[in-house]
Amino acid sequence: MPDLSCNIAGIRSPNPFWLASAPPTDKEYNVVRAFEAGWGGVVWKTLGDDPPVVNVNGPRYGAWWGADRRVMGFNNIELISDRSFDQNIAEITRVKAAWPGRAMVVSVMFPMERAVWQRRLAQIEATGADGIELNLGCPHGMSERGMGAAMGQQPDLIETVARWCKELTTLPVIVKLTPNITNIVPAALAAKRGGADAVSLINTINSIMAVDLDRMAPEPTIDGKGSHGGYCGPAVKPIALHMVGEIGRFPETRGLPVSAIGGIGNWRDAAEFMALGARNLQVCTAAMVYGYKIIDDMLDGLARWMDSKGYQRLDDFIGRALPNLVDWKSLNLNYVTKARIDQDLCIKCGRCHIACEDTSHQAITCSRDGQRHFEVIDAECVGCNLCVEVCPVEDCISMVRLENGIDPRTGRAIDPGHADWTTHPNNVLATAPEPVTSD
Amino acid sequence: MSTRRDVASERLEPDCYERNFADIKPALTQHQAAVEADRCYFCFDAPCTTACPTGIDIPDFIQKIRSENLIGSAADILGANIFGAMCARVCPVETLCEQACVRNTAEEKPVAIGALQRHATDVVLRDNVQLFTRAPPSGRRVAVVGGGPAGLSCAHRLAMLGHEVVVFEARARLGGLNEHGIAAYKVNGGIAQREIDYLLEIGGIEVHTGTRLGEQVTLEQLRAGYDAVFLGIGLADVNALGIESEAVPGVVDAVRYIEALRQAPELSALPVGRRIVVIGGGMTAIDIAVQTRLLGADEVTIVYRRGPEAMGASQWERDLAQSQGVKLRYWSRPRRLILDGGEATGVEVERTLLVDGALVGSGETEVLAADMVFKAIGQKIVTDPLDASAADILDTRAGRLRVDAGRRTSLGNVWAGGDCIGTSQDLTVAAVEDGKRAALDIHRVLGA
Repeated sequence: MPDLSCNIAGIRSPNPFWLASAPPTDKEYNVVRAFEAGWGGVVWKTLGDDPPVVNVNGPRYGAWWGADRRVMGFNNIELISDRSFDQNIAEITRVKAAWPGRAMVVSVMFPMERAVWQRRLAQIEATGADGIELNLGCPHGMSERGMGAAMGQQPDLIETVARWCKELTTLPVIVKLTPNITNIVPAALAAKRGGADAVSLINTINSIMAVDLDRMAPEPTIDGKGSHGGYCGPAVKPIALHMVGEIGRFPETRGLPVSAIGGIGNWRDAAEFMALGARNLQVCTAAMVYGYKIIDDMLDGLARWMDSKGYQRLDDFIGRALPNLVDWKSLNLNYVTKARIDQDLCIKCGRCHIACEDTSHQAITCSRDGQRHFEVIDAECVGCNLCVEVCPVEDCISMVRLENGIDPRTGRAIDPGHADWTTHPNNVLATAPEPVTSD
Repeated sequence: MSTRRDVASERLEPDCYERNFADIKPALTQHQAAVEADRCYFCFDAPCTTACPTGIDIPDFIQKIRSENLIGSAADILGANIFGAMCARVCPVETLCEQACVRNTAEEKPVAIGALQRHATDVVLRDNVQLFTRAPPSGRRVAVVGGGPAGLSCAHRLAMLGHEVVVFEARARLGGLNEHGIAAYKVNGGIAQREIDYLLEIGGIEVHTGTRLGEQVTLEQLRAGYDAVFLGIGLADVNALGIESEAVPGVVDAVRYIEALRQAPELSALPVGRRIVVIGGGMTAIDIAVQTRLLGADEVTIVYRRGPEAMGASQWERDLAQSQGVKLRYWSRPRRLILDGGEATGVEVERTLLVDGALVGSGETEVLAADMVFKAIGQKIVTDPLDASAADILDTRAGRLRVDAGRRTSLGNVWAGGDCIGTSQDLTVAAVEDGKRAALDIHRVLGA
């Protein structure tokens, strides 16, 4: 079996799956159960300064479901740990002593007062923990008090706090980033400038799950009122993948270790994040929905997949997809595809036709000889992939590359070479061809 | 040897009846409906809708279930088929909408369209949400003969269009076969009457029960006294077995028995044989076979002269019968009754086979003991009430009334629909469509 052991910023764990700082890592009882289940590490639920925060006593969570109540998106308005600092420290100490091989990272959130950080980090270091994670990402509640996302949205504060931590503790410092910004790179860069050993992302996304149309109140609703919460779960994975990938490919942040978070529910999600450069994974929603046991599939599936690909350790594939993540302008405009409908697999629902007919390029027929028949009209097909996405049958419609000949849509010969926007004649910023002079 | 007929009531423990005749396809819960609705692909030019005789926009009503707009969903359904709640229960969906569902191709499991249709329409009937209003009065009066699905569908649509309707029903209660002829376990909770109450609420429909055409009222009178007449008279007689002396005790008309069963205040009071033979291969044959089993009959055998593929009853119906312990005996036909003291105690059946496409007897016979022999080999029209007009509008070869696409007969002001017409598939849903089309055609003609 392949070696799943993980090392991020000097923090070692037997596998790359950590539980993220959240309710599953709130206290000794949960964390011990998680370690017993096989999780490689935890980021302890965020510690704040005393006195502890208080949580609402009504609903803290909201969900968006598929038809069969599968949780697709999840949000919360829970704050950081509402237990005393000392109680948390005592439990962390005990758990780390009992489980020395597992990664124990302590999430922290303090106000912009260096003295507080100094005092508290010393206490955390004394627990034997392996590292700290700076919660600069929580979008709800704490951000109203100038912490969490309120700090993470200001690169200068990220840099300052990261620098304080590097000065005040010998523990590795992970900066957890908020996605509630327009571009993740400046935030990651600020963490790097501050000396952070790694970044973790994404924290949750500002969200309102729904509006109760009878009470005219946002959900989850507390005594008739609602407040935005942090969105997570499978629905946010594409956003997280993008942000992780940006850090991996941007020259100034490339190489900064990334702990990926955001909708990871199985080994495949994990492998995708790692292919975009993540060194390890943090999981929360999947554990909250299904319990700690989902680690079984994550470990088993990842190992089997690595075996099937000949990868012996995580480093063999971490970042492998990054070279293929490029700007739009670098995409090959000579790559011409046409949709192909496998008539044997087609169940004749007609969704490809109506999607193309109503909203795209009128490139799929709906009948032939009076019978339902769905076929691509190459002269109209731009290869957009909409039909593939709406087809309910896997592999029924595929995009097939035209290798040579004439594209019936444009009437132009297929050019086997690469040509992209940077050289396209319609691009006024493209490298200008030699000027034509006339005598 | 004397083989006295064993026919008795109260064959079962008292609490068995309610259980046996419980809803055979229970209603979906809200969650089940949400999951099932999510399976609908919202097909373009949906094959299910094409397959529905009443043309219900099925993807649209399912989408409305998905968005929890059940009233809107029911409006889609009932707007096309005012008997949508009944059809949701009794339609042979496995040969109509659900057979056309593209999910069959994908995974051999169609969307449960019938169950979803029930989910939406039940809410409207339960909460009595009236979805239909009448157009301004047209001043026209239409007579509807027959208060079954065809007649009432016609009456409701005419009422919507602003016409005054008078319904003449021979029986004491409206509903036709919905009320009198469908297996009880398909139509629990008085749904047939509830649906009729609902549709009559639109107003403008006057009902005369106990009024039989040819007796209390004649076609001639109706044609003279009304702007149009719709005949939804059904098939009032049953076909004969064509064997000797079949009018004896022990030989029972399945339709009549089911009618008695549907109207019985106490099912336990119904006398039923211990050994039952049903002759026939349609829905009625299944309905009587299963229901006699549920009333406590020990052995029930359906005798059908051809193979399963030729049977009128669908695969689902056949499976139902077999799951209830009914024996299906194909390629057999009755030759003669076994009589004892003037009563039928059995039936001699003969093996059949096809020779050059023709069904013939093999000569090989067997006697099946029977305390009751049910005739379920189809019904036939009774034309007497039509008087002299019958000659003009009856397709004698088909034994049904002849109509055009608008369900109009050759008598200018007479329309017809339901089981009594030539194009009928003998389905509730087809009768509803006939009534609807006739109403639209009457409206067109009266407006001209």
